[in-house]
Amino acid sequence: MILETESLAKRYRRRWALRDCTLAVPEGAIVGLVGPNGAGKTTLLHLIVGLLAPTAGTVRVLGGAPDRALQAGRVGFVAQNAPTYPNLTVADHLDLGKWLNPRRWDTTAARERVDRLGLPARQRAGRLSGGQRAQLALTLALSKHPDLLVLDEPVASLDPLARRAFLDETVAAATATGTATLLSTHLVADLAHTGTHVVVVTGGRIRLAATTAALGTTPAELERAILDQLGQSEELA
Amino acid sequence: MIRLALRQFRASAWTAVLALATVAAAVLATRPDLVDAHRACGPDLSCQAAFALDNIPVRTAFGLVVIVAPALVGAFWGAPLVAREVEAGTHHLVWAQSISRTRWLVSRLVVVGTATAAATAVLSALVTWWAVPLDEAAAAAYGTLDQRDLAPIGYALFALALGVCAGLLIRRTLPAMAVTLAGLLTARIVVTEWIRPLAATPRTHSMPLDPDTTGYGAAGNILLGVGPSTLQPTTPDIPNAWIQSVDVVDKAGKPLPNEVLHATCPTLDQGHGGPAGPVPEAVRQRMHDCVARIGETYHEVVTYQPGSRYWLFQWWELGVFVVLTAILGGYALHRLRRIP
Repeated sequence: MILETESLAKRYRRRWALRDCTLAVPEGAIVGLVGPNGAGKTTLLHLIVGLLAPTAGTVRVLGGAPDRALQAGRVGFVAQNAPTYPNLTVADHLDLGKWLNPRRWDTTAARERVDRLGLPARQRAGRLSGGQRAQLALTLALSKHPDLLVLDEPVASLDPLARRAFLDETVAAATATGTATLLSTHLVADLAHTGTHVVVVTGGRIRLAATTAALGTTPAELERAILDQLGQSEELA
Repeated sequence: MIRLALRQFRASAWTAVLALATVAAAVLATRPDLVDAHRACGPDLSCQAAFALDNIPVRTAFGLVVIVAPALVGAFWGAPLVAREVEAGTHHLVWAQSISRTRWLVSRLVVVGTATAAATAVLSALVTWWAVPLDEAAAAAYGTLDQRDLAPIGYALFALALGVCAGLLIRRTLPAMAVTLAGLLTARIVVTEWIRPLAATPRTHSMPLDPDTTGYGAAGNILLGVGPSTLQPTTPDIPNAWIQSVDVVDKAGKPLPNEVLHATCPTLDQGHGGPAGPVPEAVRQRMHDCVARIGETYHEVVTYQPGSRYWLFQWWELGVFVVLTAILGGYALHRLRRIP
């Protein structure tokens, strides 16, 4: 397994953001993590990439501690809204990726990806569109050839076309390299075309974990199955 | 990693270079006139005093630049260092890479800290060099201790570290800037009032009370209350000394009690009121006789730091603030791990 959590829990002061979370992600899986705002998705992802320490339970990434996997360059992470430095150019960001990941950074792959996506090297990130910024952030995550790619609602602020393009690009890149991917979203429709697995989180607990194939053969069936399972159609639709 | 920190610091560095160039231009433009005026005075002490007095505004202005610079460093370089990353969410970009967040912060502190020390050192050197004629004429080295030589470097490093810590704790740039400014002001007052005097035991100088120059007055202020009247002997003229206290004491070193003063000089507080003007001869004579009688038992003791200890105090001030900087730096690295 690429990722395993066992009774994972996180509490902020008196409030439990995540409880009793047990999960296993196999190699090459593309896992859609879906749930309403405040469900605990970001907390779970931050625990997985080592940005947070658990209050209880364990999380093992690539067989070890999350921060060890992160520092080995084997985990790529794109945070919520795909943050970039507005005053740095696209080329600066690629340098940043190289300096921050000296052992695993693939300069050629990064440049090729940026060129292919039409991101101007001298353009400041602050002047890129939301979709381009998300692609730049994804380039930083992919160019170290991670074994696990973690994306925290990177497309939440994008329009539907840009969102679709980003997700397709992500799935294509992950599939091509066999990278296990964990992608969170609060939009069920985002997962209909992309994932091999679905994990539904609400109220800080995992409510459903299944393969997409088990839930339906068409996007509509998948969406219906998830919403039925939750009984929260209004919240998630 | 250092290269990334340099890249991110580029704009700030150019701003600092521009500011230093402006100060350097002002220094080069105005110093020749100061040198000429000072040279023209020669050894004439009254001319030198007048020269120093005439140039107080410009001396104060240059001094303020040095005093304000550390505050600007703390507010604009220190406070946003982490707080702006958190506000923009970019901390999740850099902290989710192979380089640990500790190493990230250390590299940024090395770059910004080095720039801070270098920029403040250049600024302080420029102003110190510019002020040589005025400082020589004023002969009050300790009066500008915090605006010359090494001390400003310590203040700036401390302000930087304070700003970083404030940013880490508050995680919002503007409030962190405000806290940094308030913290720096507080630290400067505390160190100046209580820590600086600990650097060396002051020297003492005893002399008889001079009935012709000793006056009286009350210490205190309107807000905190005015104390009883005391004798106020003149301060001796010790060039470049830091006069810490001037007291009237007996042979055993006990200060002149208020009761003794008023018993010896019963008319001391009986002022004549009315508009200001020359002191009547009769009043002057009474004061003279009074001080002469007290002078039979009591004398004046001055505690002071001689000008020869100026560099000891410079190093002490720098050392104190460097130690505080190191403590804050350590705390910042510890605190950094707690940010989600």
